[in-house]
Amino acid sequence: MSVSAREAYRDALAELMAADERVWCLDGDTGLFDADAFGPAKDRYVNLGIAEHNLIGTAAGMAASGLLPYVNTMAAFAATRALEAVKVDVAYNALPVRIAATHGGLAAGHLGPTHHALEDLAVMRALPGCTVVVPADADQAVRAVRQTADHPGPVYLRLGRGPTPPLASAVPEPGPEPFTVGRAQWLRRGPDVAIVACGPYPVLAALEAAEVLANLGATAAVLNLHTLAPLDADAVVEAAHGTAGVVTVEEHWRTGGLGGAVAEVLGERAPARIRRVGMPATFAEVAGGQRDLLERYGITGAAVAAAARELMEGTAWEGET
Amino acid sequence: MEPARDLRETAHRVREHIVDMCAGPEGGHLGGSLSLTEILTVLYFQVLRVDPRRPDDPGRDILLLSKGHGAICLYAVLAERGFLPVEELATYARAGSRLMGHPIRAVPGVEMPTGSLGHGLALGNGFALAGRRCFVVLGDGELQEGSVWEAAGVAAGLGLGNLTAVVDRNTLQLTGPTEERVPLEPLAGRWRAFGWEVRECDGHDPAALLAAFTEPSPGRPVAVIAHTVKGRGLPALEGTVRAHYANLGERQHQRALAVLRARHKRGAP
Repeated sequence: MSVSAREAYRDALAELMAADERVWCLDGDTGLFDADAFGPAKDRYVNLGIAEHNLIGTAAGMAASGLLPYVNTMAAFAATRALEAVKVDVAYNALPVRIAATHGGLAAGHLGPTHHALEDLAVMRALPGCTVVVPADADQAVRAVRQTADHPGPVYLRLGRGPTPPLASAVPEPGPEPFTVGRAQWLRRGPDVAIVACGPYPVLAALEAAEVLANLGATAAVLNLHTLAPLDADAVVEAAHGTAGVVTVEEHWRTGGLGGAVAEVLGERAPARIRRVGMPATFAEVAGGQRDLLERYGITGAAVAAAARELMEGTAWEGET
Repeated sequence: MEPARDLRETAHRVREHIVDMCAGPEGGHLGGSLSLTEILTVLYFQVLRVDPRRPDDPGRDILLLSKGHGAICLYAVLAERGFLPVEELATYARAGSRLMGHPIRAVPGVEMPTGSLGHGLALGNGFALAGRRCFVVLGDGELQEGSVWEAAGVAAGLGLGNLTAVVDRNTLQLTGPTEERVPLEPLAGRWRAFGWEVRECDGHDPAALLAAFTEPSPGRPVAVIAHTVKGRGLPALEGTVRAHYANLGERQHQRALAVLRARHKRGAP
């Protein structure tokens, strides 16, 4: 059954708040929360209104006082509108502020480019000491919250909006290996081509492409690179080793996100041919749900499989850059 | 707590340090540091519950210099208060020094790095929400940053009675009078409209500042509008745009010190 990662996050946060008095929930009027749901901890839920710079700055002040604030707003506003506060107040001071950024990628769908976040991963992973996690489903969102509960520095948790399918249902036996923040998750192993993805639909597209390729007689490795910072560079190098090349898949502009991170690692450590599947350099021109837009802009299993075949056939890349 | 006479002595020494630092290799933000002198001196010597021997005391009061370009005044006051050696002020802006043009946390007593304007009040909201008594010192030109008013609205909404904003109202920004750039007046009315209690005083009168800082909280945030003079203490620069930043040569440096000392000796405010 599909579950929304942001709702799973909310419930995981409620557990943390009940268990630890240092944990606060600062909300940017997202409508995701009902203070009463926090029970005895409800005084540690504060809706700070529609003021994102203040939201991040206030969280920094609280964290500097020894508290553990979780901040909720949309990814577009956390990563761009409030970016200077994230950089100067949070990252510069290495404070344990957790930014739960909902509506990552194209998840805001028909709400349009003002609400899409297609640059957030590039921005956040550039900030020194900022942990950047993109869970592939609700279960991973919960694990990411729990695993980073005591992390001493900032955490950017990119969440979606609506329900997405559980990853386990899409991974062949024996299923996915355990999810650990900071360590890439192997979903399939294979020698012919490597597919590296992050986020719910990109990871599903990677798995779908691996099935397509398997039917053609090729075995693809699939790596869920859910943590972009710190990056599990060894896993990327291992996945690329001996293959025809690496396809990256992400719900992000092709510049600076997962594809950029993988290209940096391979360029320095293990030069390999790369194809980046992601949002082309454009703002969405039409309305559509998240799936519609992913289809329209070519972030699909078919596109990933085509890119992988090109790598294996050694043909030149003719797609958009 | 220092008696008022000693406080004037301390403020005088702070001004001398400021002038000295402006004679260093990079110069410094002279005018806005001289306007700030009594504000920070009164706060650090008479108001804040802080201990230079324990700068990380978890229960300490918090001061945030949101107008981070007043760094040299802050360094001078912190040195006089015992947070760092007075001799260290001579390293200001020199290669390898922790005393940068804007304050960083590596300096004992500095709570948060500032310099990009418009950050302090939101941070102050966080410290106040965490239960700390917090003073945020803002420049008046800084009030043109929209983030200040986001934070002001939120602070009033939360009823943060342990939060005080102090505006160094010297009426000048880098290129000219604030009222000719982005007008702030009626400034007191603006804060009141945001739900704050407003107290106005002469920002160079220690007793008036002390009263404004320590009058019991009305259960909502307090804005102290401290009316000051940019470049205070150096008559040739007072109230001038060129006071903003100075890189004093040796003769100017000695002359400025002489003027400060003569005025102080006369008991001039």
